[in-house]
Amino acid sequence: MTPQEIYTRLKGEFGESILSFEETVVDPFIVVAPESIADVGRYLAEGEALVFDFLMCLSGVDLSVKAEDLEVVYHLYSMTHRHNVVLKVIVHKENPRVPTVENIWKTANWHERETFDLYGIVFDGHSDLKRILLPDDWEGHPLRKDYKEPDFYRSMRVPY
Amino acid sequence: MAAPKPESKFIELKPFTDEMVVNMGPQHPSTHGVLRLELKLDGEVVREAIPHIGYLHRCFEKHSENLSYPQIIPFTDRMDYIAAMNQNWGFCLAVEKLMAADEKKGFEVPERAEYLRVLICELNRIGSHLLSFGTYGMDIGAFTPFLYAFRDREKILLLFEKICGARLTYNYVRIGGVSRDMPPQFLDEVKEFIDYFEPKIDQYNSLLTDNEIFMERTTGVAVMDNAMAINYGITGPNLRGAGSQWDLRKDEPYSIYDRFDFDVAYGKEIPEIGAVLGDCWNRYKVRMDEMKESVRIIRQILEGDIPDGPIMAEMKAVRPPKGEIFFRSEAPRGELGFYIVSDGTPKPVRVRAKSPCFTALSALQELSRGLMVADIIAIIGSIDIVMGEVDR
Amino acid sequence: MLPVFQQFVQNPFPEFFAQAGSENLSQLVLEFLRSHVPFLATLPDPVLQLIAMLAVCVIFVAVVPLLPLFLVLAERKVSAHIQDRVGPMRVGPHGVLQTLADGVKLIFKEDHIPRQGDKILFIVAPYIIFACSFAVFAAIPFGKSILVSNLNIGIFYIMAISSVVVIGVIMAGWASNSKWSLLGALRSAAQIVSYEIPIGLSILAVVMLVESLKMQDIVMNQGGLGILSWIVFRTPFTFIAFFVFFISAIAEVNRTPFDLPEAESELVAGFHTEYSGMRFALFFIAEYANMFAVSAIAATLFLGGWKGIIPGYEFLGGTPGFVIKTMLLVFVMMWIRWTLPRLRVDQLMNLCWKYLIPISFFNILGIGIWVLIFQNDRNPAHIGISLLIIILGIIGAYLVLGKRSSQSPAPRASSA
Repeated sequence: MTPQEIYTRLKGEFGESILSFEETVVDPFIVVAPESIADVGRYLAEGEALVFDFLMCLSGVDLSVKAEDLEVVYHLYSMTHRHNVVLKVIVHKENPRVPTVENIWKTANWHERETFDLYGIVFDGHSDLKRILLPDDWEGHPLRKDYKEPDFYRSMRVPY
Repeated sequence: MAAPKPESKFIELKPFTDEMVVNMGPQHPSTHGVLRLELKLDGEVVREAIPHIGYLHRCFEKHSENLSYPQIIPFTDRMDYIAAMNQNWGFCLAVEKLMAADEKKGFEVPERAEYLRVLICELNRIGSHLLSFGTYGMDIGAFTPFLYAFRDREKILLLFEKICGARLTYNYVRIGGVSRDMPPQFLDEVKEFIDYFEPKIDQYNSLLTDNEIFMERTTGVAVMDNAMAINYGITGPNLRGAGSQWDLRKDEPYSIYDRFDFDVAYGKEIPEIGAVLGDCWNRYKVRMDEMKESVRIIRQILEGDIPDGPIMAEMKAVRPPKGEIFFRSEAPRGELGFYIVSDGTPKPVRVRAKSPCFTALSALQELSRGLMVADIIAIIGSIDIVMGEVDR
Repeated sequence: MLPVFQQFVQNPFPEFFAQAGSENLSQLVLEFLRSHVPFLATLPDPVLQLIAMLAVCVIFVAVVPLLPLFLVLAERKVSAHIQDRVGPMRVGPHGVLQTLADGVKLIFKEDHIPRQGDKILFIVAPYIIFACSFAVFAAIPFGKSILVSNLNIGIFYIMAISSVVVIGVIMAGWASNSKWSLLGALRSAAQIVSYEIPIGLSILAVVMLVESLKMQDIVMNQGGLGILSWIVFRTPFTFIAFFVFFISAIAEVNRTPFDLPEAESELVAGFHTEYSGMRFALFFIAEYANMFAVSAIAATLFLGGWKGIIPGYEFLGGTPGFVIKTMLLVFVMMWIRWTLPRLRVDQLMNLCWKYLIPISFFNILGIGIWVLIFQNDRNPAHIGISLLIIILGIIGAYLVLGKRSSQSPAPRASSA
């Protein structure tokens, strides 16, 4: 299935929750409303002729300093049907919350932890949402563009 | 007031064992780097093994946002330092694909460069699997295979030293080609190595793979079936060990892999020795078989003609158009994906490396439940992680 | 007063340690002193005997630690050549002085004791292990008269002393206050205690044949027909017992494939993780001394001790012959160590309880029947029967067990 077909199908199934479809970029992506990403994911993973059983990558993106939004990008692939699709969720920087997809693809567990660690996006319903790469007492989420590193971490100077 | 205890003549003895929490790592001989496992032990039996990572986090993704595309390549070297060539290549492939989206900026990578890339990356694959074989033997308790593996890896590193001057962090594959052409007689030396090395694989198989104790330790241990592997996003030899024949070089051929004739090594059920699909032994065996396939590919390169010509594409500057791409390539440890978001400037907005080791390690907790301490070591060795790539 | 003292010197514990026979090292020294050192010969006999015994102690303490020194170097060289390298080459010609240099380094290292550990046990543990592994040498006959004491319960004494080692191991593991050490110590305790049983049972097989616990008697029993009168070939059951003994002995001295107590890839270094400097060196020396001791016991019990190969000739006989046999076994141990991977702890126990112990019991039954039928007369015809059974057994075992291999199934199908 091409991304266009998948978009039409999702639109028919979820209606308003599927916000838009971007075709002009190299990898076309479908923008999904944050609250329904888990349902869309489950539909994609289990739906007939879709079977996206493989979550290749889950990444957070912060496009610029000025923008108010954070993105979570899901790269899905189907081992059975050999097609792929990219989903995107856009959340506000103030209170970024996205439902977890850990129950659908277990690999999302650590990927979501990493996204939480580096972007501060909270995944609702995640079984063990805590920092993974950075120390537990680190402050801030470093991959945000507006991140300022602290001057001291445990009385060690950070900028050098 | 407490209720009076029911009188009993006999003291009831309840066997009770306390749970022992042991920290394995971050400094431990067989955690392959700085992995820390929090083991909850009931005697020798592991109730739970919780991996803690991040000790080797070097902010690859943050660094990348402040560097131009060619400057990022040396950083990819330092992710999976065992197979740095493949990491370079994976990143370059993603950038090249992104640039190809714009007709004005797109370019063709010269034939000669493609051949050199395949040659060098397959050599690096052998080197990486050799290291995995050696350290796995050592994890299981056999020290000697480790030194044999390093002896042969040394020969590969010497070849790399001749072609790019470095032994660990090569920075050899560049966007649009490779950094330098091969020295004279290089192909003869590669041929010499391949001729020397091919029979060695069988020797190693008889030394370790077919060893009774080794089979006893690894067959049927920590079985990860195909469905579980895919659900955990596990790729590469670990997935193929579960019986899948998924290999990007075959299924979504990039570069010039479609020109070579090779088989995909995958795990098999062998009742004679008790091997089950997706156990430690199969994961390990896939790597041994893959080395043979890499040798086959290299032989085809050596027997065919490497076309003359430039080794670098003609281009003005690496400045991809606005857009985003996710591209994955088959690194020795699995599918290495790069997600690049570009806004048209020389620096990327976002570079995300999807590391195969990261996902493989996330399955450890489920794999290790109810096994023994010694099995944990066997699992870590069999999923073949490099902490540099896990933590990035 | 004097007779009591004399009695004590000659026979300190008359119940157990009867000084049977005239041939042991202290008497050899005594005779030497009497005949070659005139001014000592004038001393009263008990004093002279005391001097002789002290002299033996000094010789013993001075010579035996040299063995590990040599064995460590041997192991490094053997492993190096197995692994396609050359090993230590810098200190002395071909690195022969390397162990000495290492020893000197270890002496000067900091003696670290874990702050929260049990200090007294931590200090005592290495000495217990060291002392036990050296006390074993007292009963090993190196030659006709080169023997510290020909105890009438010699082999029993060796077994008893060598099982005390496990106490030292547990003390070390416990006192270190480290979970890895504790795990290693407990593994070691379980392992050594379990493997004592097959060792004991296979020794019993020999004792049943020889009808004596004295080490020297066991050796004497293996003379006359050269290699054919070695106990290992005398009956098919002792042949099996030899292998059971050797496998269990490897487990007893914690070497690969049974080196779980110090499995470096699992438990860092097991029970001696926290030890450093000279205390660590004591463990190290004890390990190699143990290795030599069990090989020497195996050589004495099964391979004819200091008796030669060819009847009537002293070729490969006497002390050099004994040392060569022992070293051969030590080499096999090293060879195994650098070739094989390590078992898991449950597999280790399975091997012991499900295979070795039943086999040993079967052996004892078999030996009993054999002795009933053939007596222990060292009749060449009986040895011939035994050899025939052994050879047929080996061929049969090879045909039945064969070789498991991953390569045997059909060649890999091409996916292209």
